[in-house]
Amino acid sequence: MSAPATPRAIAWSRRGATLAESWRVYRRDRGGLVGLALLVVIVALAVLAPVLTDGSGLNVTRVDAAPLQPPSASHWLGTDESGRSVLLLTWWGARMSLVIGLAAAALSVVIGTVVGVLAAHFGGWTSTLLMRFTDFFLVLPALVLAIALSTVLTRGLGTIVLAIGVTSWPQTARLVRAQTLTVETRPYIERAKALGGGHRHVIGKHVLPAVLPLVFATTTLTVASAIIAESTLSFLGLGDPSRVSWGAMLKSAMDTGAVTAGAWWYLLPPGLGIAIVVLSFTLCGRALETVFNPRLRGVGA
Amino acid sequence: MTEPVLQVRDLVKHFPVTQGVVFKRTIGHVRAVDGVSFDLNKGETLGVVGESGCGKSTLAQVLMRLEQPTSGTALFEGADMFAKKGAELRELRRQMQVVLQDPYTSLNPRKTVGDIVGEPFEIHPEVAPKEDRQRRVQELLDIVGLNPGHIRRYPHQFSGGQRQRIGIARALALRPKVIVCDEPVSALDVSIQAQVMNLLGELQSEFGLSYIFIAHDLGVVRHLSDRVAVMYLGKMVETGTEDQIYEHPQHPYTQALLSSVPVPDPELRDRRETIRLSGDVPSPANPPSGCRFRTRCWRAQDLCAEQQPELEVRLDGGRIDPDAEGHPSACHFAEQHPHVVK
Repeated sequence: MSAPATPRAIAWSRRGATLAESWRVYRRDRGGLVGLALLVVIVALAVLAPVLTDGSGLNVTRVDAAPLQPPSASHWLGTDESGRSVLLLTWWGARMSLVIGLAAAALSVVIGTVVGVLAAHFGGWTSTLLMRFTDFFLVLPALVLAIALSTVLTRGLGTIVLAIGVTSWPQTARLVRAQTLTVETRPYIERAKALGGGHRHVIGKHVLPAVLPLVFATTTLTVASAIIAESTLSFLGLGDPSRVSWGAMLKSAMDTGAVTAGAWWYLLPPGLGIAIVVLSFTLCGRALETVFNPRLRGVGA
Repeated sequence: MTEPVLQVRDLVKHFPVTQGVVFKRTIGHVRAVDGVSFDLNKGETLGVVGESGCGKSTLAQVLMRLEQPTSGTALFEGADMFAKKGAELRELRRQMQVVLQDPYTSLNPRKTVGDIVGEPFEIHPEVAPKEDRQRRVQELLDIVGLNPGHIRRYPHQFSGGQRQRIGIARALALRPKVIVCDEPVSALDVSIQAQVMNLLGELQSEFGLSYIFIAHDLGVVRHLSDRVAVMYLGKMVETGTEDQIYEHPQHPYTQALLSSVPVPDPELRDRRETIRLSGDVPSPANPPSGCRFRTRCWRAQDLCAEQQPELEVRLDGGRIDPDAEGHPSACHFAEQHPHVVK
C-alpha cells in the first residue's frame, strides 16, 4: 500500500475506493441495473428535450396536423385534440413529472427525516411536540389538503411541489423515528456517548448512516407517489396550465373524449410513462439499499 | 499508600417508576444502585460480582457518566467527577473508558474496523493528528493481537473473540487510566474467555491500567481481580481481597455464589457441598426490609428483617469489630465458611 502524501489525498483515494466498491456491489443487482439504465435514458431524454426536439410543436397555435390522428409515419404516436404530436407531449411531459417528483420527494424526505431523527434522538417533550405535529399532518387527508393548498396559492410549479411535499412527509417522519429509536438503543451508541460524542457526532456518524438506507427506500417510493400525486393534481386541473405534464395529458384525453373515441395512443404514452418511471425508481432504490446496508450483502462480501 | 484513582462514596441511582401517559405520576423507585462505596487503586482490578439485576451495569453506566446518579459522590484523582462539565468532562472521558458486554452489538456493523477503533480520535481530535490516525489504529490492532492489515474489514467478518479485541483496542485508544469492563467475556466461549482475560491482564501491566471488572460469575473474576466486591440488590454485601473472598467468604450470598462455580475435577465435585438458593432476586422496586438477602437466606432470623446490616469488618458470628483482622461483610450472622474446594 503506497501512502499518498497529504491527508486530503488519502481522504479522496478512500472516497474513490468506497465508490468503486459500492458500484461493484450495485452491479450485482440486475433489477437495479435495469432501473438505472431506464432512468438514465429517461433523464437524458428529458434533459435534452429542448435540443433534440422543437418545443414550438407544443404551441396549439402553431400546429397544422389534424386532431386525434392515430399513429402514422409523420406522428409516431398520433396527435391530440389540437393536432399536437403525442410523442412530443409525452417527451416534454417527462420533464415536468421528473422535476416535480424529485423536488417534492426531496422536500418531503428532508422534512420527514429531520423531524423523525430529532424526535427520536432527543425524546421527552421535543418528541411529544414533534410527533403530535406529525400526527396532525398524518390525519389530514393528503389529497384534499394538496387540492386546498394548490387552490389557495398561486398556480405554478413551486406550489405543486409544496403541496405534495407538505402532505407526504408524516409517513417518512414516523418511519425514520421508529428506525432511529431502534438504532439509538444499540450499545455502540452508548459507547460513542461514553467516549464523549455529542449529539452531532451520534446523529451524524451513527444514526444517519443507519437510517439512510431506509430514507433511500422511502425516497424512491416518495418520488413514485409524488409523480402520481402530481398527475392526480394535474388531472384534477390544479396543475400549472402553461406546462405539459403526464397528468395534464390524461386530463385532456379524458376531457376531450379521447377515451370514448378509442384514441388509445393519447392515453397509453403518459400512463406507461408514469408506470415506467415509478418502476425504475423502485428498482434503483432496492439496489441502493443493498449497497448501503452491508448486512444485506451476505458474508464475505 | 498513594491516593486511589477512584473513590466512590454512597453512590445511589434510583429510576422512577411512572404511571399515566399524559400526566405522569411517580409511583415508586427502582433502587438499582443503593449506596455503594469503594476505592480503586492505580493498577488494580476491582471485580464486581452479582446476579442479573443486582445493579452492576447501572453502576458502570453511572461511573461512565451515561446516567446521572441520584446521590453520592465519586472522586476521580481527587476531583468530583459528577460535577464535571464541558471541557473537564471531555478530559474525564479520555481517562475512563468502557468495554461493553456484547461484542456483536457494541460495534457499529456499518463501520470498518479502522473507523471503529479510530472513533475516539474523531471525538478527541487533539489526541492524534489526522495523518497519524491510521498508524495509531494499526498500532492498537497490533497491541490487542489483531492483524493491522484488517483495518478495512467490517465487524461481521470477525469472530466473537476478535470483536471483543476490537472493543478493547477502541477502549485503549485514548490511553485511559481506568477501564470499566462490563461483563466483557460473558458472551464468549470459555476458551476464548481465557484469551481475552489474558489479554486484559497483559495490557494492565503494560499500561498501568485500573479495571473495574463486572461479571456475574465469581470464577471469571478471580483470574484477574486484586479485590472483589459482591453485589446484591444494589448493595455491596462483601468486599475483600481475592484471597479473603475466595478462601474465607463470610456472607451467605458469597458462599452460595462460590458453591455454584463449576469445578473441573469430578472427584472434588462430589465432595463439595452445593448451596442452592431458592427463589428469585426480589424486585429492586420493593426490596425486603432489613437485610435484603434474608428472603433467600438459610441463616435468616428475626433480627434480619428488622435491622439492615452494614458493610463492616465482622468476627465470626457477625459481631462488628473494626480492629479485627479480616474483610467487611454485611451480614448479622457472618461466619467464615471456608470454601471447600480450591
